[in-house]
Amino acid sequence: MSDQQTAISRRNFLKAGALLSGGLLISFTIPQANRLLIQDATTAFAPNAFLRIGADNSITVILSHVEMGQGIWTTLPMILAEELDADWDNIKVMHSGVDKDYNHTVYGIQITGGSSSTWSEFDRYRKAGATARVMLTQAAAKRTGVAIENCTTKNGYVIAGGKKLSYGELATEASTLPVPQNVTLRPPAQWKLIGKGVKRLDASVKTNGQAKFGMDIQFPGMLTAVVAHAPVFGGKVKSFDASGAKAVPGVKEVVEIPTGIAVIADHFWAANQGRKALKIIWDDGAGANLSTKTQVDAYQKLAHTDGLKAAQKGNVDQGLAKAAKLLKAEYVFPYLAHAPMEPLNCTVKISNDKCEIWTGTQLPGIDLAAAARILGMKPEQITMNVVFLGGGFGRRATITSDFVSEAVHIAKASGKFVKMVWTREDDMKGGYYRPMFVHRINTGLDASGMPIAWRHNIVGQSIMAGTPFESKDGVDSTSVEGIADSPYFETVPDHFVGLHTAKEVVPVLWFRSVGHTHTAYVMETMVDELAHTAGQDPVAYRRKLLQKSPRHLAALNLVAQKAEWDKKLPEGRYKGIAVHEAFGSYVAQVAEISIDNGKPRVHKVTCAIDCGLAVNPDGVKAQMESGIIFGLTMALYGELTIEKGQLQQSNFYDYRIARMNESPEIDVYIVDSNEKMGGAGECAVPPTAPAIANAIFAATGKRIYNLPIMNTPLKHIS
Amino acid sequence: MIALKVNDKSYQVDASPDMPLLWVLRDLLGLTGTKFGCGVAQCGACTVHLNGEAIRSCVTKVSRAQGQNIVTIEGLSLNNDHPLQKAWVEFDVPQCGYCQSGQLMSAAVLLRENPNPTNQDIDDAMSGNICRCGTYPRIRQAIHKAAEMQKEGGKS
Ligand code: FES
Ligand code: FES
Repeated sequence: MSDQQTAISRRNFLKAGALLSGGLLISFTIPQANRLLIQDATTAFAPNAFLRIGADNSITVILSHVEMGQGIWTTLPMILAEELDADWDNIKVMHSGVDKDYNHTVYGIQITGGSSSTWSEFDRYRKAGATARVMLTQAAAKRTGVAIENCTTKNGYVIAGGKKLSYGELATEASTLPVPQNVTLRPPAQWKLIGKGVKRLDASVKTNGQAKFGMDIQFPGMLTAVVAHAPVFGGKVKSFDASGAKAVPGVKEVVEIPTGIAVIADHFWAANQGRKALKIIWDDGAGANLSTKTQVDAYQKLAHTDGLKAAQKGNVDQGLAKAAKLLKAEYVFPYLAHAPMEPLNCTVKISNDKCEIWTGTQLPGIDLAAAARILGMKPEQITMNVVFLGGGFGRRATITSDFVSEAVHIAKASGKFVKMVWTREDDMKGGYYRPMFVHRINTGLDASGMPIAWRHNIVGQSIMAGTPFESKDGVDSTSVEGIADSPYFETVPDHFVGLHTAKEVVPVLWFRSVGHTHTAYVMETMVDELAHTAGQDPVAYRRKLLQKSPRHLAALNLVAQKAEWDKKLPEGRYKGIAVHEAFGSYVAQVAEISIDNGKPRVHKVTCAIDCGLAVNPDGVKAQMESGIIFGLTMALYGELTIEKGQLQQSNFYDYRIARMNESPEIDVYIVDSNEKMGGAGECAVPPTAPAIANAIFAATGKRIYNLPIMNTPLKHIS
Repeated sequence: MIALKVNDKSYQVDASPDMPLLWVLRDLLGLTGTKFGCGVAQCGACTVHLNGEAIRSCVTKVSRAQGQNIVTIEGLSLNNDHPLQKAWVEFDVPQCGYCQSGQLMSAAVLLRENPNPTNQDIDDAMSGNICRCGTYPRIRQAIHKAAEMQKEGGKS
């Protein structure tokens, strides 16, 4: 990017270019004064392309968002292919590199997160496809002499009069034409792919071992590094003895880096054996005083006082004084680890004035900038190769670029071409958790049992503190989302939501569905409790409170109908319901459970979602299944604890993940909706835990205020 | 030197006998389809076949595999046409995909030994394989489908 370019306001303009090998390239970029951008693209592959049509008919869609399981590898290409009228079988996909033109259309940085990839790219990818189609059609008209109005496209061909010309044979010619800046998009009635669905484009390579994840990066001469990290959060190396590690066959080098001691070896096993042989004396620092127990105590104490105002209406003290009945509750939520299936890793090669990085990251641009800072290089000296992410859930999006920085430091300190690998234990103990939270609520009901006053105080660390997204007023909106903006408060005249932001040495981070992981639980179990106190059916009660929230109601009504809420379940089965909006989508779930040996067993979850237009309905369903099972794990098992500054959990035996035998039957229904498009990747997580907890209440008469549920032994109501 | 037979190919590897088979496959033989998820026999991502049995290669010393028949995901079929692979694609099972090699290798043993698995059989055979993306409902469907395909002679 020249200075002149960056000085021009950032609007998305399309540009086209020819490929060296012949073909058409469609990019979005800033127009340069008096200069045909085509020339740029002929000299090299444009770094900011979105679509490449080869003379060989290959159609490559370049993704500004990364694939981590959510299916964007398929959804963005289908949006583009819809407008391009491409042959779906010829579609190839690749992740983009780092370029400003791939920045999120709303968030302004290159990020995959916030369940936003589909809605935020919907227009951009459609436009790219439509523009290419127009240019290909123009090329065909020119070549055949058939009037453009008489040319049509079909499945990768332009039909011009009696002639059928493939996109590939027209691509080079098309690339020389001026780019139309205003193209007509297809009306929904003509859609063949959008809203209908296609099969995942990454399914085959993910069933035969060919899909490449960061962990699978291998090159001749590349070494593997593992890092000994401080056992206490915030700890530092005081001194170390590497002689034992260096004696391990295969170990090549041991280097100190800011986050610990790295052992570099021919392969992972040698590096890991070397790490075991390290002798390190740590300076634990202040973190050694931290324990979950004292933390909970302190948070609980704070929760009795009003925090900084996150939302307020009327006068909550007066409201509570008027109430016919008062209810209070306190909730405790533990730290949680994302535990993506692929432990964190990153490969770095530094050579003279260049650096190349391979990793699975949700924040490639931020990570590249971090590498540049560490190496004292310019961003353009660094290449970022984003490979498939073996799960993200937010963990592969750290503003601090924690794992990429660590790998860059190792490569820099050792001068070696290294793949840094974290073990499951490193991943579990490495911080960046969903923060611990305590909520305290005082509500007042009127004589009819409806809430008229609600005081709600929340205590927990801020995930945005210290990042460029830190709020100015001290209220991290992600700590209170789902409560401060709760639809239930529409009908509560007097309410107050306050936030106390705690500071701890433990690094915290967004975690699939972020604040909604705890706020939905609190609101949905509390409202259930209110309904029960009022002697009303939980669905009917919610309907009254949600009168002004039609999308919540639509999801609630659909799930109640599909799960046959009004029908009695067989003996020993119980159900609970929850509805919540997150990331612009409205999800309601009914969980059906039984209690076996004092533990809940979830047999079935029925789910309804209103996400507006469901671009790839089966993909939406897959995300609902995924989110529900993620929510189930969180509800039943999710818990990290800290003693003397050390995380007590280390692997899947003490941080359990739901398995096949615990996986419920899941039925998903999509609300037929023309409302604003929301996301699908996270919104299924929030309602699952409260739906299960509400079912447990139906079964046992017990409300669960502390997660995970498995910490509470349960008994049937007898 | 340790002699290994992987996917019908013979290899000589220079590895210490206690090196786990997983790392021999991945780091010495470049067969990266077999994944590292936990290293302690908890997640099943590293599942391969040793003489036809599903084993966790992360806790299996390479010495135990010496001279034995090892099959990894790369050798499950020649053209990605094992009934399970076909069913996996048909039901769009994979999400992030990282666990799926292990899931397929576990399912392949189940299906060979039990051509008609019930849901309970699937629970029993597959509960050692974690999927953090929660693809279990589709894995279950796909195993049933593969069983059908196998009956109809779908194994090509
Ligand atoms: S890596 Fe072997 S079972 Fe998890
Ligand atoms: S598909 Fe991601 S862990 Fe199973």
